[in-house]
Amino acid sequence: MIRVDLPRFGRFDAWRAAARDLASARVAPEAVSWTDPDASADLFGSEPPPPPGHHPVTATQDFLTLARTVSSHSDPERWSLLYAALMRAQEDRGWLENPADPMLVRLNRMVRSVRRDIHKMHAFVRFHELPAEGPRRRFGAWFEPEHPIIEAGAPFFAKRFADMDWLIATPEGTARFDGAAIAYDPPAPRPDLPPDASHDLWQTYFANIFNPARIKTNAMRSEMPVKYWKNLPETRLIPEMLADAPRRVQAMREAGASEAPAFAPRITARIRQRPDEAVPDTLAQAASQAARCTRCDLCHAATQTVWGQGDPQAALMIVGEVPGDQEDLAGRPFVGPAGQLLRQTMQQAGLDPARAWLTNAVKHFRFTPRGKRRIHQTPDRSHVDQCRWWLDLERRLVAPRLTVALGATAAFALTGNRQPLTARRGTIETALEGGPVLISWHPSLILRLPPDRAPAALSELRADLSRAAELVA
Amino acid sequence: MAANDRGSVTVPAQLFQGGELEGNGGGTYLSCMATRTLQDKLAILSDAAKYDASCASSGTTRRDSRNGGIGSAGGSGICHAYTPDGRCISLLKILMTNFCIYDCAYCINRVSSNVERARFSPEEVVKLTLEFYRRNMIEGLFLSSGIIKSPDQTMGDMVRIARMLRVDHGFKGYIHLKTIPDASPDLVAEAGLYADRLSVNIELPQDASLRQLAPEKRPETIRAAMADVRLGREAAKERTHTGKRPPRFAPAGQSTQMIIGADAATDRDILRTSANLYSGYRLKRVYYSAFSPIPDSSAMLPLIKPPLMREHRLYQADWLMRFYGFEADEIGAAHPSGNLDLAIDPKLAWALAHRAHFPVDVIRATREQLLRVPGFGTRTVDRILAARRNGAVRYGDLLRMGAVMSKAQPFVTLPDWRPGALIDSDGLRARFAPAPEQLSLF
Repeated sequence: MIRVDLPRFGRFDAWRAAARDLASARVAPEAVSWTDPDASADLFGSEPPPPPGHHPVTATQDFLTLARTVSSHSDPERWSLLYAALMRAQEDRGWLENPADPMLVRLNRMVRSVRRDIHKMHAFVRFHELPAEGPRRRFGAWFEPEHPIIEAGAPFFAKRFADMDWLIATPEGTARFDGAAIAYDPPAPRPDLPPDASHDLWQTYFANIFNPARIKTNAMRSEMPVKYWKNLPETRLIPEMLADAPRRVQAMREAGASEAPAFAPRITARIRQRPDEAVPDTLAQAASQAARCTRCDLCHAATQTVWGQGDPQAALMIVGEVPGDQEDLAGRPFVGPAGQLLRQTMQQAGLDPARAWLTNAVKHFRFTPRGKRRIHQTPDRSHVDQCRWWLDLERRLVAPRLTVALGATAAFALTGNRQPLTARRGTIETALEGGPVLISWHPSLILRLPPDRAPAALSELRADLSRAAELVA
Repeated sequence: MAANDRGSVTVPAQLFQGGELEGNGGGTYLSCMATRTLQDKLAILSDAAKYDASCASSGTTRRDSRNGGIGSAGGSGICHAYTPDGRCISLLKILMTNFCIYDCAYCINRVSSNVERARFSPEEVVKLTLEFYRRNMIEGLFLSSGIIKSPDQTMGDMVRIARMLRVDHGFKGYIHLKTIPDASPDLVAEAGLYADRLSVNIELPQDASLRQLAPEKRPETIRAAMADVRLGREAAKERTHTGKRPPRFAPAGQSTQMIIGADAATDRDILRTSANLYSGYRLKRVYYSAFSPIPDSSAMLPLIKPPLMREHRLYQADWLMRFYGFEADEIGAAHPSGNLDLAIDPKLAWALAHRAHFPVDVIRATREQLLRVPGFGTRTVDRILAARRNGAVRYGDLLRMGAVMSKAQPFVTLPDWRPGALIDSDGLRARFAPAPEQLSLF
């Protein structure tokens, strides 16, 4: 039997070097005995390793990562298991790719156990402040992990607490950090850690962030296993918190609803918004009333009312269908892709978008959620009918000389006519409330048309807008 | 340890020595505040913060203190402790103050409550955060607040605390700020530069309940605040024309919370609202918080036992929407009441209601089909797909790869397993549902 002695620290690298040499000589896994520093002397293993052989030895990065993690497991067989895995990988690369392979299943289980223990170390180490010896503050902790993970777990603390000196003592050894590097010392008795006032504040926090009306001790125990409790300052409060919880819940029940202090209604009366029922006289009033509109059910899912925007004295008003995703988020009309196309086309037609009043027939976005996206839906007739109140108000207050209806929904909202748009495009109709309405395409239609038809529709929109520019000039 | 009648608990222990934390008491709001010790304030203001469920500290940018400052973040979050209510403590979750001018019926801190009030100075919050952090008790700070004077005043103080931590102390840990919906966009924009996560609580699943129970809040303002955070995050990802990247904005995204059981909304309503929020504002999480009795409660709401199982089922359903390709209506429609089956999990409930989709042939099924099999998680499905490339997958392989075969059995076929008539059996639900038990009223 060949015997390999592994050091207390830097064990993985020592194993790796020895395993590479042994594998290059194709030494069988059964012929090697791996010995940890604290293990009792093996009765069989005594032969020194043979010189390296001539066989090439390879290992994937994934295997090395797995092996490094497994090497922190407490199972004394982990070294021979890893060597057997390495030897097997020399013959057959594929087995490490198969999650159903029993050997890989065993190794992966060890990986999870070690990772969890490292994670718990990062969670449950509690530092006590120690008297400082220089300009840097000093902290110390005692921690008892399930596996020998100190070397795997300590670097996290060096990155996190670079500006303080710290030591973490464990039964496997002590990690010390002085700002430059971590040093590892052999095991020492548990250090005396001085009382730390912040631990008392921490207990206060722990006791008060707990809600006595919802007890779920299984969830607590599975995530904070009892084996870690003895070194956590807060856990000694748990029995009393649990014992006291039913009384506190009972007390809340018996106390019931309370009488509000006298000043409360005065404060809320000052800030509460009174419902404003009067018909608005200005666009600003109308906008603030419309922001709270619940005339139809679109307001529940949409972000906000998208009120019109532009010159309140505009001679030209442009009405689209409904806000899209971007308009809904920004709270402003025509800022999405179709809006950009419209603004661009307006400029080509000699119209300044800021000098017109831009709005929509329906002022809340309508959509269906699909995972992370919202799919636009055309509003129903009922939505248009409900929202016409706002559109008419807007037209009364802006009093444009000409209104352009973009698309069928806007044309219907303004004129009440639901006939197909193709025959009507480019014509002027009369609005329900009076006034001329020029009918044109909606820019979003142009964006959806196939490439052979889009340019024609776009030039029709441009021509209609040029005509609008002449009519209001 | 003694609990007073307001709920907060004082640990009679040595108080903080040396007065290092006893900075400017911030007692300009009410003069009596000056006499409270830091420990008293911590007791009151953590007690006041416990109804917020979120404590996540994951998914932000990777950073550490090797180049100065203190702290690190990035990767998966760390839960430093668990309380007996099963919730994790990852962050120092406190209110800056529990004085509040709003009157939200479900909230312990509403203006009409007689709860004890306190207010931290910004320096106190900073000190508590850093001292707990240095002892490895927390990942960072989750700061929320009652609304004092005005939304802008409150938000401004919160942003100041975050700025002190980040700029004055080089704090690299995690910061979660609760955004005040009516605060000015400039303050929210600054908050996003310091905070890893911003959140605004939607509070209730339906607008009508919010208008009724929280008359000072407005659902459209809450959603607009979420929209602003989404737009801020998107703008921060776009390079300028010179190729420069703007500073990061809330890199861990935004989340929200809904109270469950305080109004009459069904689970289907709740899931639809969640689907709207996820699709509209790219939320990382919607938290569901079972409505819990509060001390000094309002007559508008019943003192019910918190519906913890309902909350649990909603979290499972939420997971199905985000990672398993389910739509809200698919899950919500499984039961005519619009509520989830409390006895079995929503994926199993869906499978039992759609037996024609099963059994699924594990060797040939698509990823989407495998994800719908009860007992198969996303990781199990990935392992199955990898294992299939190496040959036939058998019953024992599935067990080793982590599938819960006791659940999956009736819904799959394998080279060495056929469910037979199991899938059509009338008693299939009874196999999974726990034995009925006497319900306790409180």
